[in-house]
Amino acid sequence: MKQNPVFRVVAKILFAPIIMFGLYVQFHGDYSPGGGFQAGVIIAAAFILHAIVFGLQAGREIVSARVNLWMMVFGVSLYGGVGVVSMAKGGLFLDYTALTGSVATGQHIGILLVELGVGLTVTSVMLAVFHAFAGFVEDNAK
Amino acid sequence: MASLIIDVFLLVLLVLIAVMVVRTCKLYAVIVMSGAYSLTSAAIFVNLDAVDVAFTEAAVGAGISTILFLAVMAYVPADEKPGLNRNFLAGFICVGAGALLLLAVTDLPSFGDPMSQVHQHVAPRYLTESGSALHIPNVVTTVLASYRGFDTLGETIVVFTAGLGVLMLLAGATRTHHIAKKTGKKTASGVSKQVSKVLPKSMGKKA
Repeated sequence: MKQNPVFRVVAKILFAPIIMFGLYVQFHGDYSPGGGFQAGVIIAAAFILHAIVFGLQAGREIVSARVNLWMMVFGVSLYGGVGVVSMAKGGLFLDYTALTGSVATGQHIGILLVELGVGLTVTSVMLAVFHAFAGFVEDNAK
Repeated sequence: MASLIIDVFLLVLLVLIAVMVVRTCKLYAVIVMSGAYSLTSAAIFVNLDAVDVAFTEAAVGAGISTILFLAVMAYVPADEKPGLNRNFLAGFICVGAGALLLLAVTDLPSFGDPMSQVHQHVAPRYLTESGSALHIPNVVTTVLASYRGFDTLGETIVVFTAGLGVLMLLAGATRTHHIAKKTGKKTASGVSKQVSKVLPKSMGKKA
């Protein structure tokens, strides 16, 4: 689809706003519908759109398979890490209030970090699955 | 009244799409229609005021799943194999299970009943207290990330594990493949070898 100017221009125009919307859904989840799962999928969709229009190789140049794998691991570790830190600060596992000692800030920071972990994991897993499926024949032909 | 009309319209649309999915043999059409099915159910969720669920359904069901199915379509034939759909035992089991489920529906509390079990347990506390106790306006987020943070950790790990599984099976992210790459030895395909290892032997024979 790289040859078709309509696809190319539309993909270029939409790429940034889709990611912007994803970030809004990610960080505004406390106040409006949304959260890590939805935001992760939306941001992955932007990268998948890019890969569909400009080719898998171009997509892999933005986010390499290695970086993607580490993002998956980092997302889950961030979630678990928040739980461990709250335990280290004297609370229970995933007891966000213990993070700062006050309910208002502790819960906000805890939920923000946890949702960020979910978002990172979902984004990178969706990207990895798409690249694995779309690149299956290409990789095997090598 | 308006809400009821919209509900009936959407449910009829849902049944129509489901029938069309069953009846068509073109797999591309099936994929696009299952996306439409998800979008219609998302609209129903909006009508039920479950905006977060609708959002997820629209993003995951209608969006990403459709794209992933389309990516898989590159490796499978475009048409379903015809003529294999006359299994009376399977039909009997389907109708029987459906009848049992319909029978079970009569035991459910009526829709929106405030006195039903689910609305008596922890739900009232979450709804009335979470705003003042945790200072987060969106109740769905507080339940998901704070009250039930442990469950969501489990869900995240499930997504993570699923991604790892796909990577290992399809993208060759395995130890043998990695070592072969490092030493410069050319393995025929780490992927097909892994797949043949995982799949039971009988499946290979059939194909």
